[in-house]
Amino acid sequence: MLQATELWKSYGGRQAVAGVTLAAAPGEIVGLLGPNGAGKTTTVAMLCGIVAPERGTVTLGGDPVGAESSPAKGRIGLVPQDIALHEDLPAIGNLRLFGALYGVEGALLEERIAAALDLVGLADRAKDKPATFSGGMKRRLNIACALVHDPEVLILDEPTVGIDPQSRNAIFANLVALRARGKALVYTTHYMEEVERLCDRVVIVDHGAVIASDTKAGLHRMLPATATRRLEIEGMVDEETLALLAAHGLTVRGETGASLEDVFLHLTGRQLRD
Amino acid sequence: MKPFLALARADIAMYLSNRRALVVTLAAPILIAAFFGAVLGGAPKKPSRVPIAVVDQDGSAVSKRIVAAMKVDSTFLVEDTDEPGAVELVRKGKARAGVVFGPGFGDAAAKALFRPGAKKPGITVHYDPSQAVTLSLVKGLLSQHVMGAVSTAAFGPDATGRVMGETRRDVEASSDMDERTRRDLLALFDSVERIQAREGNAGAGAMPGFTMPFETREVEATAGANRRYNAYAHSFAGMGVQFVLFMGIEFGIAVLLMRRTGIWKRLRAAPVTRATLLGSRIVSGSAIAAILMAGIYAAAIAGFGVRIEGSIAGFAGVLLAFSLFTATFGLLIAAVGRTPEATRGIAIVATLVLVMLGGAWVPTFVFPEWLQSATLVVPTRWAIDGLEAMTWRGSGFDAALAPIGVMLAFSAAFAAIAVKAFNWEE
Repeated sequence: MLQATELWKSYGGRQAVAGVTLAAAPGEIVGLLGPNGAGKTTTVAMLCGIVAPERGTVTLGGDPVGAESSPAKGRIGLVPQDIALHEDLPAIGNLRLFGALYGVEGALLEERIAAALDLVGLADRAKDKPATFSGGMKRRLNIACALVHDPEVLILDEPTVGIDPQSRNAIFANLVALRARGKALVYTTHYMEEVERLCDRVVIVDHGAVIASDTKAGLHRMLPATATRRLEIEGMVDEETLALLAAHGLTVRGETGASLEDVFLHLTGRQLRD
Repeated sequence: MKPFLALARADIAMYLSNRRALVVTLAAPILIAAFFGAVLGGAPKKPSRVPIAVVDQDGSAVSKRIVAAMKVDSTFLVEDTDEPGAVELVRKGKARAGVVFGPGFGDAAAKALFRPGAKKPGITVHYDPSQAVTLSLVKGLLSQHVMGAVSTAAFGPDATGRVMGETRRDVEASSDMDERTRRDLLALFDSVERIQAREGNAGAGAMPGFTMPFETREVEATAGANRRYNAYAHSFAGMGVQFVLFMGIEFGIAVLLMRRTGIWKRLRAAPVTRATLLGSRIVSGSAIAAILMAGIYAAAIAGFGVRIEGSIAGFAGVLLAFSLFTATFGLLIAAVGRTPEATRGIAIVATLVLVMLGGAWVPTFVFPEWLQSATLVVPTRWAIDGLEAMTWRGSGFDAALAPIGVMLAFSAAFAAIAVKAFNWEE
């Protein structure tokens, strides 16, 4: 389990992070939410060992995640917000480089590269340079580079910025598959629907501190109860059911079959557009 | 060690994979060095002649003899013209100087040879102020030819009757001349007349007059006999240093770009030390610089006749020390730079100043003396001097030690400052 306890960090006179505590267990996706400047990026940097906290600790399975070359860092994968790829190296060259940095080599490295490329659907573009890739393909390769050393924990910093629904959908499928393999994922984003769809637990930070940490249902319970509730019902609703609702004094104000994204994907298909 | 090598290998692979940029990086210094080399004298060959315009308004035997002597002098390329034409040629840069012999020059010069108080005829020299050094050359050689021609006129049998006769009468009539001087001069004239009479009877022809009592033998102080100076050896050293330093700038800028794109964050997230991250950059930067310098010198050797006349080990040492210097220079830029755009501009200006003071554009011997001393603290000066010492100067390994030492010292200083100043916070 990745465990961050009471992390503090300031830059100059500005307190960027003030006592953040969070955990991510194997087989769990934890959403890290917060407005701009809330301290998410600094928190992520401390979780990865890029920035040393002034106070507090980060451990992975009990081992400290320190700065520089601590072994625990090698069990974490980072997907930066920006597309962190060498444009002049082919996809496989990027994977070899980032794998080698984690001490993976030889046949194992090639095996991991093949698995990572296969997972993100880029096996047939291994020898091409990222400069020739679409935005979605670069995002997927960005993720593959963080997976090539088979980390226990994957930290993703807004990994779906600026890509088409097909690529986003494919990335979500990748992340769900990784969760199923027992990886712990920390996912930062501004898109609430992504959190709703993917995350098992959500940590909300603001002004450098955690202001809420719970399951989605637990967070919903934090809202004050009201007499009126909005229900979203998935599936077919026939006239008889609607009549039954009316008989119980419930009013159906509108009907919608699906989200706009559902319609878009229905019309354009779920196949990746590379 | 594996991450270290992987990082260095990836840097080199990326640099070499960009073929277009690589070709430009190699072609630019070669083309500019070829231009500078050609301007500064090119490959070994006979020195070019100095074009001068000559105006003979006198038309005497003396002036004709002087002009004829100048025409056979291999230093000059003489063009006869009138005075306005000579001035025009100089003004347009087609002649370095215009020499004008005024009317009566021959007679007056011969008379002035024996009479210190006599009015000396003038020779007007119009010269190009942008090439003032040529004036000294013209005046020096002019003195030689004028003395030869005037003394021939004074002592030659053709002139004896007139020049020496007139001079004898002036000496005899002079009231303010010391008697002993008068007597000695008249004895000199008698002696000259006897010799001329004897030579004339023997059919030996005219006396030659004064000639230069020595001959010069010009030997280039180069690597050895039959080894000529090659101006390309200087221009390739200068341009190689300049453009490889430009590569060093780009190598430093690349770190700033990695910060911007998030690659640096990914590298920092890996379990590698800071020494690995920076050390691998130094190794890869040095390797690329060495490859570029080797390519530039390969072109210099293959196409421009540059040869490593001195110590090959010394040349390799200077080249490697300069490559290391380039890599640490790039690292320093990465450490102190903020944005790639602003850093690139400042770094290019700094590099141009460094190479200018280092003598990459013009040899340092044309600098004022104080500047020649001051530029000893400029590392590029040592790089260029070291490369020249190992090429056309043909110096031994010991001459490479100082340039190598200075560049290694600068490399160590740059690396230390870079490590100290490097911003590790994200």
